[in-house]
Amino acid sequence: MKQLRITLWIIVAIAGSLFALFAYQLSQPKDEFVRSAMVGEQIPEFDLEPAFADRPGLSSADFANGEPALLNLFGSWCIPCRVEAPQLEALERQGATIHAIALRDREEDVARFLSAYGNPFTRIGRDDISEIQFALGASGVPETFVVDGSGRITYQHIGIVAEGDIPVLMEELRKAGSGS
Amino acid sequence: MKRIAQLFAFVILTLSGMASPLAAQSNMPPAPYAYTQLDDPELEETARELMYTLRCLQCQSQSIADSDAPVAGDMRHQVRTRLAGGESPEEVRAYLISRYGDYISYEPEISATTWPLFVLPGLLVLIAIAVLVRRVGKARA
Repeated sequence: MKQLRITLWIIVAIAGSLFALFAYQLSQPKDEFVRSAMVGEQIPEFDLEPAFADRPGLSSADFANGEPALLNLFGSWCIPCRVEAPQLEALERQGATIHAIALRDREEDVARFLSAYGNPFTRIGRDDISEIQFALGASGVPETFVVDGSGRITYQHIGIVAEGDIPVLMEELRKAGSGS
Repeated sequence: MKRIAQLFAFVILTLSGMASPLAAQSNMPPAPYAYTQLDDPELEETARELMYTLRCLQCQSQSIADSDAPVAGDMRHQVRTRLAGGESPEEVRAYLISRYGDYISYEPEISATTWPLFVLPGLLVLIAIAVLVRRVGKARA
């Protein structure tokens, strides 16, 4: 009889801890982002045509010049990209080199977007079929990578670069510059 | 009963009305093989099978075969062109996992974090058999 009681309590304890686990997991905020597995890896090989006339295109070789740089993925059709444009300009003013890849975009739309929201980019490549987005493990736009002077990806920022992200990205750039 | 059905229809209609139209996601036509099947029907079949087991980056509860998001179309293009280029389905899957991690694949895989899911059911069956054998043994004795 006593043994039965102990067994019953064990079952209650197991069920209780299961429910506690469910409650804990359900109360955790869902991480909606698919993060890149390429952070810490060498930037994949690519060579992209210019996205519009005023800036040269972008290749992976442009990242292996000894200087750390930011790589921003954007699209003129992407509304959050407009929101982060002032912050990218602020980063450029603070001395960051920013390269960009325009995803699934037309030349005239890119030109219009950049004249309306500013152009902090040194080079802009075009990726019409998201091929390099997948190679980078990027989940979408906007997205910003930190790449060190040897072409290794050291940091991934998913989503809009907000005011508070500027010092974070500058610090990541500094780390990327001193680490390699 | 009829009232319940009406209420149900009302809820469905309200919910579908609430789903606002998505903002434009691209200015470009989809990648060539986003909506075009491969010429080789056998290879297309392989591609479709694989596409049903890959997660869409944007609509994360859908496979890239189910999703109409532009990014899913571009992923289908990758799958079809890579298979047409001679890669095996598992190589394509491995490529995507190397970029995005396990989450991109719906195919269950045994890894450091998932092995209990495969071991526990077996363990439970063993325990059940042990209990059963003991009970039956006792009843006979």
